[in-house]
Amino acid sequence: MTASVSVQNASKTFGAFTALNDVSLDINAGEFIVLLGPSGCGKTTLLSILGGFLSPTKGRISIGSRDMTNVQPAKRPTTTMFQDYALFPHMKLKDNVGFGLRMRGMAKTARDEKALGFLDLVGLKGVADKKPHELSGGQRQRVALARALAVDPDVLLLDEPLGALDLKLRRQMQDELKAIQKRVGTTFVHVTHDQEEAMAIADRIVVMNQGRIEDIGAPADIYMRPRSLFSAGFMGEVNFIPGTVVETDAASARVETALGPMTLSPSAFTTGFPIRNQAVTLCIRPEHFRRAGTDEVGLVTLGQASVTGQAFFGTHYRCHLSPLAAPQMSIVAHMPQSATVSEGEAVGLAVSALDVVVLPSQRKDA
Amino acid sequence: MRNIVISAASWVYATLVFGFIFLPVAVLVLFSFQDGRLPVPPFNGFSTQWYAAIFADRKLMAALGNSFVVALLSSAIACVLGFLAAYALARHKLPGSALQRGLLIAPMTVSYLIIALGLLTVLNTFGIPLSLWTVGIGHVVINLPLCFAIIYSSMGDHHINIERAARDLGAGDLKVMVLVTAPMLMPSILAAFFLSVTFSWDEFIIAFLLSRFDVTLPVEIWSLLRSGLNPKTNAIGSLVFLVSVAVLMLLEFTLFRKTGKS
Repeated sequence: MTASVSVQNASKTFGAFTALNDVSLDINAGEFIVLLGPSGCGKTTLLSILGGFLSPTKGRISIGSRDMTNVQPAKRPTTTMFQDYALFPHMKLKDNVGFGLRMRGMAKTARDEKALGFLDLVGLKGVADKKPHELSGGQRQRVALARALAVDPDVLLLDEPLGALDLKLRRQMQDELKAIQKRVGTTFVHVTHDQEEAMAIADRIVVMNQGRIEDIGAPADIYMRPRSLFSAGFMGEVNFIPGTVVETDAASARVETALGPMTLSPSAFTTGFPIRNQAVTLCIRPEHFRRAGTDEVGLVTLGQASVTGQAFFGTHYRCHLSPLAAPQMSIVAHMPQSATVSEGEAVGLAVSALDVVVLPSQRKDA
Repeated sequence: MRNIVISAASWVYATLVFGFIFLPVAVLVLFSFQDGRLPVPPFNGFSTQWYAAIFADRKLMAALGNSFVVALLSSAIACVLGFLAAYALARHKLPGSALQRGLLIAPMTVSYLIIALGLLTVLNTFGIPLSLWTVGIGHVVINLPLCFAIIYSSMGDHHINIERAARDLGAGDLKVMVLVTAPMLMPSILAAFFLSVTFSWDEFIIAFLLSRFDVTLPVEIWSLLRSGLNPKTNAIGSLVFLVSVAVLMLLEFTLFRKTGKS
């Protein structure tokens, strides 16, 4: 089963602390949503409100168009997969998975059969009679998933479920989680602070900071065309270059930057049309820099810069550069594996105008 | 050389300590097998006649049965009440919870004599006749703080998410308690139960002051002792000791088994 989720103007305060500040969010049925942000950004608070473990100070929650704002967790069509798995230590795996069915009054043989089916789904049918302490972390995590899915929830809430696993296992579980979500079709709302994990599994990412939603969109959108400086910085390394809009017309905008003037398309301005004399920040990812003189179309040259440091990262060279026009500034750029760069060398920098995102310097508080 | 001296000294020390603790019990058990009328040296020879005598003594056997019933029932009640109090204080915000915790544990510091006198006054005031029931009530009073303290200290925060998961899957409060919380805490609940069984089993003052016609074993032994030393008292004493040891071993065994697993 699956259902859409709607959060309308939800706020949550704990004393003087605002954990969630007027958040609105619509999630489609069957979507895999990732709430992403640093610790304390409100993502877990939002998840707890969806699960019914907290009630919002203000605002409304509805699931599948039914109002759920003040409904107990047990009465909601949601189940939660907890960070520490929260398996029942005294029960066999099949009883863990069948617990929700038992609470719904299903007879022992029927629920055992269904529990075995879900254990099969996560690849643990063979150990159904073991207890949780006999399993590895990754296996426990799968049992927790099976237990949460066994009651056919409309919405599955996942509270940093991969946080306790080592990196290799985490990447493997991401793929499994995504595959299982596709199979069961349930709406998944997943909380994490790992942006790689978010990009790997999400249909849409919700970037949160300080109790607010900074950005919502498909992983590629959030990464390539962020709509806030926070979102640009949180999703990956980025160079922020200050500038001012000096001229605008329907098809282009001229921006004066520390690295020289640039002519950009209005589509580079992800939060709205450029305004003359507006102070802006250009966001350029390290991998978007090119060396001037490359025969790529649409390149904008950014003047010369000298290499102040470089390191080989396997897929690329990561270089620190100091532009000759603004020596106090430090730029991080990725150069191809084949590049021959040495410290002190001057290189001509360029960037494709399509790769540049321009955001207002001051965060617009909506 | 130095090492040998130290090692020998520590062996001597250990022997003295254990001797100090167990010599009285060893003597008691030894002279319960005395072939003669007096449980004092010299040891005349081995005989089980006094064991035969106590098993033939109907009053003693009745008292033994009473002790079992009182110990098991009062401990079960103390455990249930202690569990409920611990659950409430660990999982809910209660007014004055520190004070309530203190009040629950406070009876541990009051001497059994005072508790017995207080209960005696209360029972008299309400005109409740003394019986094994009143002894049981007294034992619940002394064992409840113990059960509460043991169970409360084992309720960790990591259990909260597990209970939350149960609620999330549709369990009501009672089902969470019966199907999840109590089984998870079973090692400490059993520890509390067996400890309070041994305390109730050995307890004399409250049992003496709050009983009338039916008495528990320690009270019956007391009345035996009033007629002078007799190997029969040694035999019943050895039996009491044996039961206490058995209960403690059961406790140790179940605890080891549970904690070794999880």
